[in-house]
Amino acid sequence: MSLLETRGLTAAYGQFKALFGIDMRVEPGEVVAIIGANGAGKTTLLRSITGVLRQAPGMVVHSGTPIGAMSPDRIMQRGVAMVPEGRRLFPSLSVEENLLIGAQARRGDGPWTLEAVYALFPILRERRASPGTALSGGQQQMVAIGRALMSNPELLLCDEISLGLAPVIIRDIYAALPRIREGGAAMVIVEQDIARALSVADRVYCLMEGCVTLHGRADEITREDIHAAYFGTRTEAQG
Amino acid sequence: MIWIETLVQGLMLGGLYALFAAGLSLVFGIMRLVNLAHGDLIVAAAFVILLVVEMSGLNPFVSALIAAPVLFGFGYVLQRAVLNRVLGNDILPPLLVTFGLSVALQNGMLELFSADSRRLPAAGLESASLNLGVSTVGTLPLMTLASAVAAIFVLNRLLYATALGRAFRATSDDPVTASLMGINPRHVFAMATGLAMVVVTIAALYLGMRSNFDPSIGPARLIYAFQAVIVGGLGSLWGTLAGGAIIGVAQTLGAQINPEWQILAGHVAFLLVLLVRPRGLFPRARD
Repeated sequence: MSLLETRGLTAAYGQFKALFGIDMRVEPGEVVAIIGANGAGKTTLLRSITGVLRQAPGMVVHSGTPIGAMSPDRIMQRGVAMVPEGRRLFPSLSVEENLLIGAQARRGDGPWTLEAVYALFPILRERRASPGTALSGGQQQMVAIGRALMSNPELLLCDEISLGLAPVIIRDIYAALPRIREGGAAMVIVEQDIARALSVADRVYCLMEGCVTLHGRADEITREDIHAAYFGTRTEAQG
Repeated sequence: MIWIETLVQGLMLGGLYALFAAGLSLVFGIMRLVNLAHGDLIVAAAFVILLVVEMSGLNPFVSALIAAPVLFGFGYVLQRAVLNRVLGNDILPPLLVTFGLSVALQNGMLELFSADSRRLPAAGLESASLNLGVSTVGTLPLMTLASAVAAIFVLNRLLYATALGRAFRATSDDPVTASLMGINPRHVFAMATGLAMVVVTIAALYLGMRSNFDPSIGPARLIYAFQAVIVGGLGSLWGTLAGGAIIGVAQTLGAQINPEWQILAGHVAFLLVLLVRPRGLFPRARD
């Protein structure tokens, strides 16, 4: 049984259709990258999975249970965690409080504690009493990742974690992903930086205009395949 | 000497206003909801305490302790079933709904308890006094002020030192992201209103022991509470205490000059503060 599966997932904002029948799956412990240009529907896909955008129940299935119509808090309590686009730290909370709020959906013991997050991103320990929004963009991203880890999720969804960050910071953040993976969480990484995404992913889905245009193992897909799927010069699915 | 006396009396009165205002401030701080029925809820809570007193024969303090969980439950259900439905970017629907609630509460109380003015029996406490050296103060007003300080201290600890308080602040910042942390914003808001109703119960206890009350006095309590919240700065609980004290002192000073000026002086002080500090004395950094 897949950890997460979408079955013919469609989504719309009013009259505007954003997703057209997306079929994807995530197996326990694997890293799946979702790539695609701006407006391809990547963020909408995550919003649908997390319940921010409600769907028909059967369109999103978590460990065999239809969750498409559930509210975000119930989905998160099932062991899903989210690093939202733009970090979205809570401005009224300190760095440490932002991390602790992530533990709200914790269901049991796991590798991620406040200490473990500080060990992963040592700079956060120094800044723990600062307001979350007083940090640099990269440090804020570390808080957002740490906050999501604090619930010890089975599935970690990361939306555009490199967006707007300096290359050296992106390198640091991506360097942490293998250690997160060792903790046992499966990951879905939504990313515009294709090379970064491919460097950590087991499998890749490429979206264009709300459809999956490419699907396959990260180590088997060629640059040409991706180029074609990303820019729409060829649309048949692979893999 | 008379001025020190007036100042002290004003601070005591301010304690009552701060108690009126603390629940309003809490709810506004967490969900940006202006509850126009707040004054009527205080009066309704006073009637609930009175009912417990009459049915059980217990003293008002114990009766308030019994009434508090009931009123917490009422607040929780009110928020969950009614107020949550109208929260959003538009501030008009919550104003209309709470205005409607205010009218319904006043008429409901009129029907149930008649227009007669009532009072909670304080067993001689209302005439007891303490000599503080510079001034003699009534025991009951002193207890009111102490309760206001205690209530605001406890609310502050709860907001800044507990997991529930963290959830309150996170949900207040960003309900959607809070829900992505496994927090149910509807439940958190309902807890906040329930908690506000517990503070309302304390306010009602002192209101009912210090003076007569009847179903029509809610809106005036709302005005004092509102002024205290605005003077203190929206969303700041200690600011609300200071705001209550300023309105209270202004009213006693006004009454000292001319008894007819009591209420007017409070309003003038409110307007003066707004003129000098439009965001109140202790505004939150970000609103």
